[in-house]
Amino acid sequence: MTDATLAVSADPTATHAGEDASRSLASDAWRHLRRNPLFWISVVMIVAFVLMALVPQLFTSTDPNEAILRQARERPNADAWFGRDIQGYDIYSRCIYGARASILVGVFTTLATVLIGGFAGIMAGFYGGISDSVVSRITDIFFAIPFLLGAILFMATFPNTVNSPYAVVVLKVVLALAILGWPSIARLMRSSVLQVKPNDYVQAARALGATPLRIIRSHVLPNSMAPVIVVSTINLGAYIAAEATLSFLGLGLVYPAVSWGVMISDAIVALRTTPHILFFPSLFLSLAVLAFIMLGDAVRDAYDPKTR
Amino acid sequence: MGKYIARRLIQMIPVVLGATFLIYAMVFALPGDPTAGKCGERPCPPAYVAKFKEEHNLNDPLLVQYGKYMAKLVQGDLGTNYYGIPVKEDLQKRYQVTGKLAIMAILFETVIGIFAGVLAGIRKGRFIDNLVLVSTLFVIAVPIFVIGATLQYYLGVKLGLFPVTVSAEATTYELLLPAIVLGSVSVAYVARLTRTNLVENLRADYVRTAVSKGLTKRRAMGVHALRNSLIPVVTFIGADFGGLLGGAIVTERIFNIQGVGGYIFRSISARDGIAVVSAVTVLVLVYLFANLLVDLLYGVLDPRISHD
Repeated sequence: MTDATLAVSADPTATHAGEDASRSLASDAWRHLRRNPLFWISVVMIVAFVLMALVPQLFTSTDPNEAILRQARERPNADAWFGRDIQGYDIYSRCIYGARASILVGVFTTLATVLIGGFAGIMAGFYGGISDSVVSRITDIFFAIPFLLGAILFMATFPNTVNSPYAVVVLKVVLALAILGWPSIARLMRSSVLQVKPNDYVQAARALGATPLRIIRSHVLPNSMAPVIVVSTINLGAYIAAEATLSFLGLGLVYPAVSWGVMISDAIVALRTTPHILFFPSLFLSLAVLAFIMLGDAVRDAYDPKTR
Repeated sequence: MGKYIARRLIQMIPVVLGATFLIYAMVFALPGDPTAGKCGERPCPPAYVAKFKEEHNLNDPLLVQYGKYMAKLVQGDLGTNYYGIPVKEDLQKRYQVTGKLAIMAILFETVIGIFAGVLAGIRKGRFIDNLVLVSTLFVIAVPIFVIGATLQYYLGVKLGLFPVTVSAEATTYELLLPAIVLGSVSVAYVARLTRTNLVENLRADYVRTAVSKGLTKRRAMGVHALRNSLIPVVTFIGADFGGLLGGAIVTERIFNIQGVGGYIFRSISARDGIAVVSAVTVLVLVYLFANLLVDLLYGVLDPRISHD
């Protein structure tokens, strides 16, 4: 009797000591990720952009909304590093302040799509049956609406006025992108849950009498999140680009928000004479998008042993 | 096969109904007065407004309005816009232009994307592979309107290689540059997708078997590895066709193309509800049928997949 208890209790310590030999998927992925230079490059870039979004004052002391018309279209110089745009705004300062809107839109849209899409995917994949049919059809409906056009319609239906506060302006764009962006995550989550569900450990948990909520929380969710994390990291970059596209069409962010998309939209007319006005915001936007795509790529490679 | 298609068509009905209703509800929630500016520089007389509202069913509750609209739609009547012009006439012209543009973009992304992906895949880790990876990342990160405006200026205005804008006839030559711009992001995705899948399949057992039983390398790659690698690529391209039709709005704006995107955009600004709903409904249908076609194509690419 005592021997058996000892043997059982000895087992966990044995695996604990040999942790290096049998790592979990996550720690294995992390070991692989750590050695990938692309991962560190993207992390450094993302940290820089997040810092810009949080405390732009660290990078510049110029007011982004201070227009000096006399110096409009000035080329890069010692006073204004990136030159000045058509309105005489300091482009460097606006590039720094523009990070906030883009990062906010990207992060919040990604969070919203993961929450809505993840919930819908679990409802469809885990419960199956009627729940699957209903949720999948609703997903199909939103998936069938063209992304950009749907977002344009949404923004036109709820237009901004001159007095709209910053948070409302940003949240509207987030809402427009999230409403049309969640179906792809829902489909991904559903297929991922369907792969995890028939596994022995899920059946064992059910046999032991665990409630569905507990099974989802501690067995299904941790094992089906990896593809969602990868795709939503890449999507984060795509949402930043989508916000810029909406702003380019004149429907996204408006004053008082400073945004790379708005800057690019204003700069297109100046392409022929003073291309630096277009170049710098495009550079910042592209680097931000690039950083998230590279991070997603690196995480995917780390999670997928086949690509090594 | 016939049974499968029938089931898919039936599944489409709720999706089409749901998507069109969502769009309909959003369009008719659009703020603003559709009769504004129709009677010169004064408000329209009440009698005219009443007649206008009666004609366009604007007095009915939303669901009744939608029902009346759908009843006409299933008979193939897309209604008239607020200027009395049948939407069908307008759309026919404009869908020809946008359709041509989207098909050219699809051709471009298929040919160039798969070619680049194959080149990179068979020389994994070599110079050409890295070149393809870096250049596709660059194309994905730079927003499409920056690519469009820049190419338009340098290739069109400065070098004179391509027409700068597109006339109402929209000839193939005029649409060449816009199609390349429209397909630029997808071409990057296609190349990366082809490369990843090819690399994975080249290491598969059946390719080794094919080589060891004496097939030439060309045949083993072309017939065995590539055909299997193309399944996700075909999925992407099929889903992309609908996306390109909707996403063409930005490209159409840059190159002044008289297409669907511009029509929808203008109709949204003019509060012209029926025009918007009809144009988007056609887009949704095209998207759904493209997806069905792709699913049927699977059987051709992979004999293991059958729809019986």
